Amino acid sequence: MDSDPIIEVEHLTKRYAGREAVSDVSFTVGRGEIVGLLGPNGAGKSTMMRVLACFLPASSGTARVAGLDVFEQSLEVRRRIGFMPENNPLPSDMRVREYLKFRARLKGLSRARSRERVDMVLQQCGLTEVSRRIIGQLSKGYRQRVGLADALVHEPDVIILDEPTLGLDPTQIRAVRQLIRGLAGRHTVLLSTHILLEAEMTCQRLLILFEGRLLAADTPENLQRLMEGSHEVVAEIAAPEAALREAWDQLPDVERADVTPVDGEYFLCRLTPRAGVDLRPRVFELARDRGWTLRELARRRPTLEDIYVRVTRPEGEEEEG
Amino acid sequence: MRVYRTLLRRELGAYFVSLTGYVVIAVAAFLIGLSFVDLLVAVRQETLPLHVTEVFYQTPYFWVLLLVSAPVVTMRLFAQEKFAGTYETLMTAPVRDVEVVLAKFSAAFLFFVVMWLPLLVAVLLVRHLAGDLAALDWRVLGVTCLGIGLLGALFLAMGCFASSLTRTQTVAAVLGFLFGVSLFLLGFVAGRLAQGNTWTAAVFGQLTLFEHMQDFTRGIVDVRPVVCYASLTALFLYLTVRVVESRRWK
Repeated sequence: MDSDPIIEVEHLTKRYAGREAVSDVSFTVGRGEIVGLLGPNGAGKSTMMRVLACFLPASSGTARVAGLDVFEQSLEVRRRIGFMPENNPLPSDMRVREYLKFRARLKGLSRARSRERVDMVLQQCGLTEVSRRIIGQLSKGYRQRVGLADALVHEPDVIILDEPTLGLDPTQIRAVRQLIRGLAGRHTVLLSTHILLEAEMTCQRLLILFEGRLLAADTPENLQRLMEGSHEVVAEIAAPEAALREAWDQLPDVERADVTPVDGEYFLCRLTPRAGVDLRPRVFELARDRGWTLRELARRRPTLEDIYVRVTRPEGEEEEG
Repeated sequence: MRVYRTLLRRELGAYFVSLTGYVVIAVAAFLIGLSFVDLLVAVRQETLPLHVTEVFYQTPYFWVLLLVSAPVVTMRLFAQEKFAGTYETLMTAPVRDVEVVLAKFSAAFLFFVVMWLPLLVAVLLVRHLAGDLAALDWRVLGVTCLGIGLLGALFLAMGCFASSLTRTQTVAAVLGFLFGVSLFLLGFVAGRLAQGNTWTAAVFGQLTLFEHMQDFTRGIVDVRPVVCYASLTALFLYLTVRVVESRRWK
């Protein structure tokens, strides 16, 4: 990163009643970046964000926003952060404009400035035509935009969005994604998601969180490269189990093979190839040469889980070796 | 100050936007109306033995209104926000915990004052109908209002505290009601709990809410209950602030 970091997290750990939700996580986010916090449910994303937004204290370690400690200088940090919590809670009894005005005033904007900013974010988030509607009667897509508008209204340096596209339909997701991308440069955005594709499309850098630990922090391109060639091949073959295992061991490009019985004589073989190799023709040739019946042959796009596995494995192998 | 004012406006708005606010006011007006009937009966007697405010105090509706309204008014303050999740957006805005607690308490108190306004109307009507200026002393009326305000503030502070402890409004209301009733009943059993010159007797002797309020309705201001209620109110507000803070304890 060329610019100085605006979010600095060092050895952050958060324990809830004996369970570690976040353990020893360190990372930095540069000014103007859009960074995605990626991980399955329960990985510690929300906890991480709540600590950064000064809602929860860390058990140990430090987190700083714009050089200010989130625990010691909480008020100052909160002035610089726009936070949208998970599920985007909003008061259902207020009107859109009224709510945003209330939030702007609460965040310390003067009367004139808040009017100006509210008009601006209403337009920016496409809320102008619903500004007089009651929030409780809005569709989910509009509610999400109200949450975003709230996070933006005081022009914070850092915007933290917890699952901003949760529960939206594809069109709404596209609109929200576009809005977030439009914030790059002027604001620093940290958003969480459990959908790999979404993170790839919106973020310039990804942090992968799994069971409270940070597994990888890299650009989507680099992570993709890491995944290249690791498309798993799945084959269902009717053959003696021992012969199958032997065949996979002898095939040079198979890095790992799982053989499990399915039904009758068939076995399900899950093959992980060495990087950049397509195993499918070889599997077919092998079956033809030996006279085995091949029932299914397919290649699977790597899922988020595979990335986790992939990212964790080198560490494990080093331990073994 | 800006945060306090903004939050106060929002909280007051919430009372008057929701149906609950009007239902509470309607019930209060109904109970005060019932005691108004009692007042009229008393006024018809040739010589009124008591102050108008004291007659009102003698009706059973006074304490019902005071004990039940406070938890109903305060139950939503924190519990509802916690339940809806808006507590998180509120507390991640640059607001001080004290400001939040004070704004919510003040809103509840102002609403409480509005709720008691029918009493003022009732008393003024009695004065008008009776045509007897002696029946109503302005000073006595003022002191009665002070008493209602002081006791109200205490019960509302307890309700605030109850609401900060839970995320269910019903639990908050029941808890607040329990606090209020316990304190109220303590005054009656105090004599039996502690006798003689012990310090416990002295403390319990100060908690006779029923008699204190009677003094207020007669126009008597005793400094001891005033200090006692004001400090108890402060104590419960302090406890509420501590509960709000507790989420940030390590």
